[in-house]
Amino acid sequence: MKRHLISAADLSRGDALLILDTAEELASLADRPIKKLPTLRGRTVVNLFFEDSTRTRISFEAAAKRLSADVINFSAKGSSVAKGESLKDTALTLEAMGADAVVIRHSASGAAHRLAGWVRGSVVNAGDGTHEHPTQALLDAFTIRRRLGGGPGGVRGDGKPPRERGDPGGSSPRGGTALDGIRVTIVGDVLHSRVARSNVLLLSTLGAQVTLAAPPTLLPLAVDTWPCAVSYDLDAELPKSDVVMMLRVQQERMTAAYFPSVREYSRRYGLDAARMARLPDHAIVMHPGPMNRGVEIAAEVADSARSTIVEQVANGVTTRMAVLYLLLGGTEFPEVSS
Amino acid sequence: MSATGHPVAGRDGLAVLDAEEIRRALTRIAHEILERTHGGDGVVLLGIPTRGVPLARRLAARIGEFEGLEVPCGSLDVTMHRDDLRLRPARALGRTDLPTSGVDGKTVVLVDDVLYSGRTVRAALDALTDLGRPRAVQLAILVDRGHRELPIRADYVGKNLPTSQHQMVHVLLAEVDGRDAVLISEKGEPS
Repeated sequence: MKRHLISAADLSRGDALLILDTAEELASLADRPIKKLPTLRGRTVVNLFFEDSTRTRISFEAAAKRLSADVINFSAKGSSVAKGESLKDTALTLEAMGADAVVIRHSASGAAHRLAGWVRGSVVNAGDGTHEHPTQALLDAFTIRRRLGGGPGGVRGDGKPPRERGDPGGSSPRGGTALDGIRVTIVGDVLHSRVARSNVLLLSTLGAQVTLAAPPTLLPLAVDTWPCAVSYDLDAELPKSDVVMMLRVQQERMTAAYFPSVREYSRRYGLDAARMARLPDHAIVMHPGPMNRGVEIAAEVADSARSTIVEQVANGVTTRMAVLYLLLGGTEFPEVSS
Repeated sequence: MSATGHPVAGRDGLAVLDAEEIRRALTRIAHEILERTHGGDGVVLLGIPTRGVPLARRLAARIGEFEGLEVPCGSLDVTMHRDDLRLRPARALGRTDLPTSGVDGKTVVLVDDVLYSGRTVRAALDALTDLGRPRAVQLAILVDRGHRELPIRADYVGKNLPTSQHQMVHVLLAEVDGRDAVLISEKGEPS
């Protein structure tokens, strides 16, 4: 693995599977009386959040604390950033405090990449503008694998996690499968979504077939270079999907009119009970949160048994523990001479 | 062993135990566990991945044959509790699978293939503390090669194998490696 996690494209298939398998082993921690491991004792993780976030920040904080790391939370509100401090000066301050890892969320695409050039520790991108959010893609892949258990070779749609399919308690921890042949449809505001970009990259690395379903105005310019198919017709895609991932309509990032009205968007691209009925029986519905109930997803769909939305949050802590362990758990990376 | 008493040189080093000797050693350990725990009541066998796990299963099967007793058997991964994590790149985790009965109030027998510095066992004791409070913890080992760095000893030993620190001991088990053998080789030799 590389020393930073900036983009889902940084991960090879082997890296991604190692993270998912590690997360699989760490998942059992949630059922234990003591939900803590001593592995990162003495290491410092800084959560550097320039943009509002609830689940991602809490999720990273819980993950670091369960591995016994010291956590420093930094949010732009009430900090020197409000007084005009630049990202670089903030980074140098963190550097002086000896951060072993910096988890950064920023409204500017590329902020995590810039930061990686300024600090000695590992940088984990927790969302940079409309660019990427790799740990979200990892937790989504983890959720898909647990629910659907790998590709056509596996038993798809029986709702069993991979470990229940093979040799129970097998001696190989690296027996996890990829997502070969699983069909994932990502629906909605792809243009403003870092979750969509990271998911397309990661899921295709893992062998899934990804289709983006969105109005033409909400697709990015170079989408034809992405490793996925594109469709404007959601209803045609639903019967052939194993996974439907609904994206939030990001009104705060919209500077122009991308669709005539919220109601029309919702009628053509929203997932309601009638559309959900068109899905195969084993298919699952995902949403990275926060949801706009009644816009891209109907309340009855969000609360149905097919929805993995709450599960995704729990899997987020486990997956981020795996990422922090693999980045910080071993030898310190040799100094990079610049 | 050959007739001259010297170990037989194999492709991957000297074979010091063959399949038959491993079988006999495990049979003896199974009897000793029954004896020391007064019939195996409340015993839980926990193998340390990778090769401790099949060894624990074999011991459980032997105890089942001898006494008709079903001994709960599981695995305990110690990776996250090791003291040498920072000396190597982060490694993949093994599996921790506890029997449904848990470990509280039980006599836990930790099972591993080779006992060397004792650091793995130290990590296992820490990992176990986070999982519950056993009544007692014992240690069963197939090969004890000496050179302890911590005050730790095994309760059940398959074979004491005096080695030098320049040597490496490899335990091969059919479940993982396709055959049963214990090999010893010099460091640096291809194995």
